Amino acid sequence: MKTGDRGRVDLDSEECKGCGLCVEACPPKVLALASHLNRYGYHPATYSGEGCTGCGICYFACPEPGAIVVWRLKAEARPVAQAA
Amino acid sequence: MRRELIKGNEAIVKAAILGGCRAFYGYPITPASEIAEAAALYMPQAGGVFLQAESEVAAINMIYGAASAGVRSMTASSGPGVSLMQEGFSYLAGSELPCVVADIMRGGPGLGNIAPEQGDYHQVVKCGGHGNYRTLVLAPDSVQEMCDLTLLAFDLADTYRNPVVVLADGYIGQMMEPVAFPDAAVMPSAPAWAVTGTAETRRNLVTSIYLEPDVLEAHVRKLEAKYRRAEQDAVRFESRETQDADIVLVGYGIVGRVLKEVVEAARAEGMRVGLLRPISLYPFPTEEIRRLARHAQAFAVVEMSTGQMLDDVRLALEGRRPIEFYSRVGGNVPATDAVLGFVRDALLKHVRAPEVIHA
Amino acid sequence: MPEFAVLHEKPHSFYSLYERKGELQHQTHYCPGCGHGIVHKLVARAIDELGIQNRAILVSPVGCSVFAYYYFDVGNVQVAHGRAPAVATGVKRAHPESIVISYQGDGDLAAIGSAEILHAANRGENITVFFVNNAIYGMTGGQMAPTTLVGQKSTTSPFGRNVWNEGSPIKVCELLNALDAPVYLERVALGSNKQIMAAARAVRRALEVQMRGQGFSLIEVLSPCPTIWKKDPVEAQHWVAEELVKTFPLGVVRDRTKDAPVRPASAAPPALDKIPGILGLEQDDPGPTVGGPAAREPVELAVKVAGFGGQGVLLLGEVLAEAGLASGLQVSWLPSYGPEMRSGTSNCHVRIATRPIASPLVLRPNVLLAMNEPSLRKFLPTVEPHGLVIYNGAACPADCLRPDVTLIAAPFAQLADGLGGARAANIAMLGALLEAAPVPFESQVPNVLRKLVRSPKWLEIDLAALARGRQAARQEVAS
Ligand SMILES: Cc1ncc(C[n+]2csc(CCOP(=O)(O)OP(=O)(O)O)c2C)c(N)n1
Ligand code: SF4
Ligand code: SF4
Ligand code: SF4
Repeated sequence: MKTGDRGRVDLDSEECKGCGLCVEACPPKVLALASHLNRYGYHPATYSGEGCTGCGICYFACPEPGAIVVWRLKAEARPVAQAA
Repeated sequence: MRRELIKGNEAIVKAAILGGCRAFYGYPITPASEIAEAAALYMPQAGGVFLQAESEVAAINMIYGAASAGVRSMTASSGPGVSLMQEGFSYLAGSELPCVVADIMRGGPGLGNIAPEQGDYHQVVKCGGHGNYRTLVLAPDSVQEMCDLTLLAFDLADTYRNPVVVLADGYIGQMMEPVAFPDAAVMPSAPAWAVTGTAETRRNLVTSIYLEPDVLEAHVRKLEAKYRRAEQDAVRFESRETQDADIVLVGYGIVGRVLKEVVEAARAEGMRVGLLRPISLYPFPTEEIRRLARHAQAFAVVEMSTGQMLDDVRLALEGRRPIEFYSRVGGNVPATDAVLGFVRDALLKHVRAPEVIHA
Repeated sequence: MPEFAVLHEKPHSFYSLYERKGELQHQTHYCPGCGHGIVHKLVARAIDELGIQNRAILVSPVGCSVFAYYYFDVGNVQVAHGRAPAVATGVKRAHPESIVISYQGDGDLAAIGSAEILHAANRGENITVFFVNNAIYGMTGGQMAPTTLVGQKSTTSPFGRNVWNEGSPIKVCELLNALDAPVYLERVALGSNKQIMAAARAVRRALEVQMRGQGFSLIEVLSPCPTIWKKDPVEAQHWVAEELVKTFPLGVVRDRTKDAPVRPASAAPPALDKIPGILGLEQDDPGPTVGGPAAREPVELAVKVAGFGGQGVLLLGEVLAEAGLASGLQVSWLPSYGPEMRSGTSNCHVRIATRPIASPLVLRPNVLLAMNEPSLRKFLPTVEPHGLVIYNGAACPADCLRPDVTLIAAPFAQLADGLGGARAANIAMLGALLEAAPVPFESQVPNVLRKLVRSPKWLEIDLAALARGRQAARQEVAS
C-alpha cells in the first residue's frame, strides 16, 4: 500500500460474481477483474493495491452484500487539508 | 345461562371475539354480509381490526398477514368469494397459519343466486386450491352451533396450525335462534412462531416455499401427518336413533334439521330410520358410517347439491351398503314430506322386512 | 502505518451466513450484476442506520426476490404472487409498532398485484414498498411485464411490445400519484453511481415516513436484469441510465413528508372482562330459563308471516320469537332473504315450541299471517287443517276460503293508519293473533316491543295497534 492513500478496499473473492460493476464504478480505476477464476468460475474483482480514495462508490455499485469492505483513513491520520 | 335471540351470521362474530379473534378482513357478499357488518361494528370496540378489503383475494391475504403476526383472525364469504380465496387457503395451509373462514353457501355455479345451497362442499372440503393440503371443515346446523363451532374452529386452527372453515348455508346464516354464549372472553397469547416485529421473533419466518424436492416432500409429509392426526382426534357428528335403524339418513347443515323432522315423522309411522349428521366434514365421520353399516341395511343421503358429500359417504361405505340419494339445488330446501316419501321408497326397496312400514 | 477504519461493510441487517439458502451460503442467488442485490443492500443499510432491525418485518414476493428472507436478518413473511401489500396490511395493523416492508417486482406489483398495491396505497397503509422495476419477468425467464418498454422484445412479446396489443408501460408512481393518501413516491435508478446514491437516500426517506407514522411510501427502482436483457452487467447498467429512464422519468413524484399528519394511533384495547358487555351480552340479566312456567302446557306453533317487503313481516316474526323466548320456550326465526327484502315479497318462518325444534322451516304452518292477497293465495293451501289464518284485508276473496281453518280478515293497515301509521299493521295483526289463539307468551309481547322498537313515537303506535288488532279479532270472531 502506498503511503498517503486515503482509503483501501477488501474484496471477498468467494462472494464476488465478477460482474465488473465495481471496476466500472471506481473513479480512480484501481479495481480490475482478475485473470484467474474463483471457485465458482468467475473472474473476481481485485484491488491494484494503491490509489484507493475510500470514496465507497464500489461498495454501492456491488450487488453482493458482503463482497466489498471499504476502509477510510482515520480522521486524525488524514492530511490536514482533507480533514477540513 | 342467558340466551340471545340472534342471527347465525352475527353469532359467528360475537363468538369469534369472545374467542380472542381481533382481526377481520372481508368483502361483502350475500348471504354472508352480516358477518362483515357485525365485525365492523364490534371489532374496533373490542380493540381489533376490521377492514373491508378490495376483494376476497386481498382479504384472505390480509388474513395471511394477521395470522403471520400471531393474531387470531377470520374472514367470511360465500361461493364466488370463497373461490377467489382458494389461492390463499393453499398458502395459509402451506405456511401452517391458523385462521377461520366462514362460508355461508349460496346457489351456484357462477352468479347462481343468493338462496341457500350446499354446492361449496367440493371447493371447501375437497379443497379447490393447489397442492397437498386440507382445510378442516365444521358444519353447524343451528345458530348455537354457529357460536360453538366458531369457538372450536379457532382452537382447531391453532392446534393444527391450519385454516378451518365453518361451512354453513344461507339459512343457517340468516336465521335467528337463541344462543347461549360463553360467559367470559379469552385471549390466547401470540404463538412463539409468529412474526411480530420484536427482537425475540426476528428470526421467525413464515413461508410456504421449499425448493428442494426432498425438503418439500418432508414438509408435505408433516402436513399429511397433521391431517391423519385430525382424522383421529377431530371427527364430530350427531347421531339420532341410529341404534336400530334400518336406514340411516345422512345430511349436514340445514338439511340435518330437516332430517331431524323426517326421523321424528318416520318413527311416528313406525319406520326404523336414524340420522347421522356429520359436524366435521373434514375430517369426515368415515369410521362411524362404517360402524353403522354393520346393522343398517341402507343409507340415504340428502343434500342441497347434486351429490358432493355423497362421494364421501360412498368412500366410507366402499360398497358395503346401498345408498339412495335425494337432492335439491338452486336454493330449494328439501321438504320434510318429500324426503319422507323418499325414505318410504328407500325402505321398500332395500329393507328386507317391509312390514315394518305398516306396523 | 496509517490507521484505517471501516467505512462501508456488509450491513448487520443481513445474516452473516445465509443458512436458509442451503448451498453457497455466503453469496446471494442473484445473477451477476442483478439490481436486486443492490436494492437489498440499500434497504439493509437503511435498516441499520435507522436502528429498526428488531422492528422490521420484510414481506417478500414471488419473483426473483422470493428468497429475500435468506438474506435479511429481520422478521420475514413470504407471500403469494402480487399479494404482498395485502399481507403487509394484515401484519402492520396487527403490530403498528413494527416497520413493515413490502418488496416487489414489476410483474408482482404492477400486473397480478395491481389491485392490492392500489388499495394499500389508497388506504395510506403505513408501510413502505420497494418496487423493483426491471421491465421484465425475471424469475419465469423473460416474459413481458406491465413495465416492458414499447418495442422491447420478450419471450411473450417476440416482435416487441406493441401498444395496440399489450398497451403502454404502466408508470406506477404516476398512477399512485392520482390517489390522495400516499405520502412519498419517488422513482430512482441503479444506472450510475450518482443514481445509486440517490436511491440510497430515497430508501431511507421512505422508511422514515413509516417510522414517523405518516403513511404510505413507495420507491420505484429502475433496476438491471442483465440475464434476461442479454447484456453484460455494465451494458445493462447503461441501458437503465439511457433507455429505461426515457419511459420512466426519475424524480420525486409525491412528497408530503412536510405536511402529512401522523396517522392516529388506535385506542388501547378494552380489558377482556369488558368484552361481553361490548357485545351486548350483559351477564347481570339472567334472562329466561328454558322450560320455565310458561313451558308447562305444550306449545307447537308453526307460523308463516308473509307480505310485501317493507310491511314489517320480519319484525312481526321477530317479536313473536322474542316473546316466545322470553317465556322460556324454544324458538326459531327464518327469513326469506335477499332481494325480496328490497322489493317484492317477504316472508318468514317462526316456530315456538315446548320441545326442541327439529326444523326451523315452516312448510305447513298452523298459523298464517298474510299481509297481502298474493301471500294469502300462495300460502293458504299450505295451512294445516284447524289452523289459523289472519289476513290483512276487509274480507278474504271469495275464491280464497277454506272451511277447515279459522279465517280472520280485517283491514289492519287502515286500522293502524288511523292510529298514526299504516306500518303498524303488522303489530295489529299480532294483536289479532294473541286474541284468536291465546298463547302462553302473550304477556311478554309489550316488553318485547319495548326492547325492539327504539322510537318512542312508534312504540306508542305499536302498543295501540296491538290493542286495536285484538279488538278487531274479537269482533271478527264474534261476527
Ligand atoms: C399465481 C401465480 N402466477 C404465476 C406465477 C409465476 N411467476 C413467478 S414469478 C413471476 C413474475 C415475476 O416477475 P417480477 O415481479 O417482475 O419479478 P422479477 O422476477 O423480475 O424480479 C411469475 C409470473 C406464480 N408464482 N403465481
Ligand atoms: S473506495 Fe472508491 S476509490 Fe476505492 S476502490 Fe472503491 S471506488 Fe475505487
Ligand atoms: S461489483 Fe461486486 S460482485 Fe461485481 S465484480 Fe465487483 S466485487 Fe465482484
Ligand atoms: S433474472 Fe434478472 S432479476 Fe432475476 S436474478 Fe437474474 S438478473 Fe436478477
